[in-house]
Amino acid sequence: MKHFTKLVRPYIIWAVVIILLPLLLIVLYSVTTGGNDLVNIQFTLDNFRRMTEPVYLAVFAKSFRLGLTAVGICLFAGYILAYFITFFSERTQSLLILLVTIPMWINTLLRTYAWICLLSDNGAVNTLLQMLGFQPVTMMYTDFAVLIGLVSDLLPFMVLPIHTSLCKIDHSLHEAAMDLGANKVQTFWRVTFKLSLPGVLNGIIMTFLLSISTFVIPKLLGGGQYMLIGNLIENQFISVGDWNFGSAISVILAFIILLAITGMKQFDQEEGEEE
Amino acid sequence: MKKKRKLGSGLYITLCFLFLYLPILVTMVYSFNSSKSLTKFESFSLRWYENLFSSGEIMHAVYVSITIALLATAISTVLGTLTAIGLSKTRRILKEAILNVNNIPIMNPDIVTAIGLMILFSSIKLEKGYFTMLLAHIALCTPYVITSVYPKVRNLDPNLANAAMDLGATPVQALTKVILPMIKEGIYAGVLLAFTMSFDDFVISYFVTGNGISNISIIVYNMTKRTNPTINALSTLVILVIVVTLVLVHLIPYLKRRREEGREKEIDSLLPKEEVE
Repeated sequence: MKHFTKLVRPYIIWAVVIILLPLLLIVLYSVTTGGNDLVNIQFTLDNFRRMTEPVYLAVFAKSFRLGLTAVGICLFAGYILAYFITFFSERTQSLLILLVTIPMWINTLLRTYAWICLLSDNGAVNTLLQMLGFQPVTMMYTDFAVLIGLVSDLLPFMVLPIHTSLCKIDHSLHEAAMDLGANKVQTFWRVTFKLSLPGVLNGIIMTFLLSISTFVIPKLLGGGQYMLIGNLIENQFISVGDWNFGSAISVILAFIILLAITGMKQFDQEEGEEE
Repeated sequence: MKKKRKLGSGLYITLCFLFLYLPILVTMVYSFNSSKSLTKFESFSLRWYENLFSSGEIMHAVYVSITIALLATAISTVLGTLTAIGLSKTRRILKEAILNVNNIPIMNPDIVTAIGLMILFSSIKLEKGYFTMLLAHIALCTPYVITSVYPKVRNLDPNLANAAMDLGATPVQALTKVILPMIKEGIYAGVLLAFTMSFDDFVISYFVTGNGISNISIIVYNMTKRTNPTINALSTLVILVIVVTLVLVHLIPYLKRRREEGREKEIDSLLPKEEVE
């Protein structure tokens, strides 16, 4: 069996070159100036200092506001959906879960493009509104459109982990809580919700991670001028060509996500110890 | 009371699915529209599909998407499976280190992975194009293969391979005849994940490509500046391929189980009554 340990070697080399090295390069770019060629570089923290300019702080604030709103909506709508799904028989449940999963496998870009057809000024929603006698509403290139796109993209990522934790709950616990005098609301909050927290946390992490780093959805539904963190990074690399500043923003983005993940894990552990 | 609850929840579930599926359905319906309008459905036509198949640019993108997905899936499955098998026998510290590094591309936002690779390729002066896109896709897919195969390897009895070799199998035979068949479910899951990850990827491809090489996602991205029914047609085909694959993947094990259950029942009915009881 010792023979098989050698099988790991190619991947070690591969992982160092294609996973670790790029990260080191991003960090190197973020703390230097001197163009994209790495010929005569100088170490500096200017790239990070630049991010405290109001323009960029506003981008970060907007990303957080929009991302957290999307996570909140997904949590609310997704929890109810996952909870309702558990009412059905096992066979129906697996069918419903398959239906939740399918959109995850379809390209985000195509699904976002589909929303353009619905939301544009002469799109399906406005036509319907006019038929009902309402004024048409401009929806494209607004926060509303971006939010719709984000929620429809992220909802499955919230529903799946919550449904998994809800399914694991032993049904006799509900009966026990009811027998001991808890009413339905108390049983839900103090038993069901509490026991589904691991799924909720997983869902929040996944949706937050995806919403904070997106750049396709705001670009397609928010228009070319719409700036979230992802768009800012794309701009620096594709249009402006300032890789140093772009790398600095990426380092901050990766750091935010790392912080969010460890924070959530900590919370999860503390909750676990309480019990 | 119970019926009422089911009705209410059924209504809510339907609304959620409408929200998830309506845009896709509208896209599909309007791909058959004879006019360019996205609101008035004039008459049924395959005009946009003709457009699609006669566009050399789009057909090349389809070719790029499919070949890259196939190659990346094949390579990352082999690499990931071998690594997962080796991993169960490595020292603990090294194993943890590899698994942690392996988690980086999964947890890191796509855009950060993408620019990292973009910087890497340009600093080693690798010309951006088909080859860099392929490398990037292998980098994207392999971690997912490892995470779906490794749990299966860990659950194997470590003595199995030794037993096979004691009985005269070469290490390669022990691998192909004993270990691989026992972890095949994990490998299938890895293949499915890798293929769809690669086929659907936009962000990473967008940053590491060059020389006019585009995959389907990049073409769609460049053409969505305004609504274009040809994209609807392309979108419809891509979505159909993915949905059919997924349904088959879920349906086949189900049908197999049904058939086996059916067969068991048949055998049961053939057995003399006393033995069944």
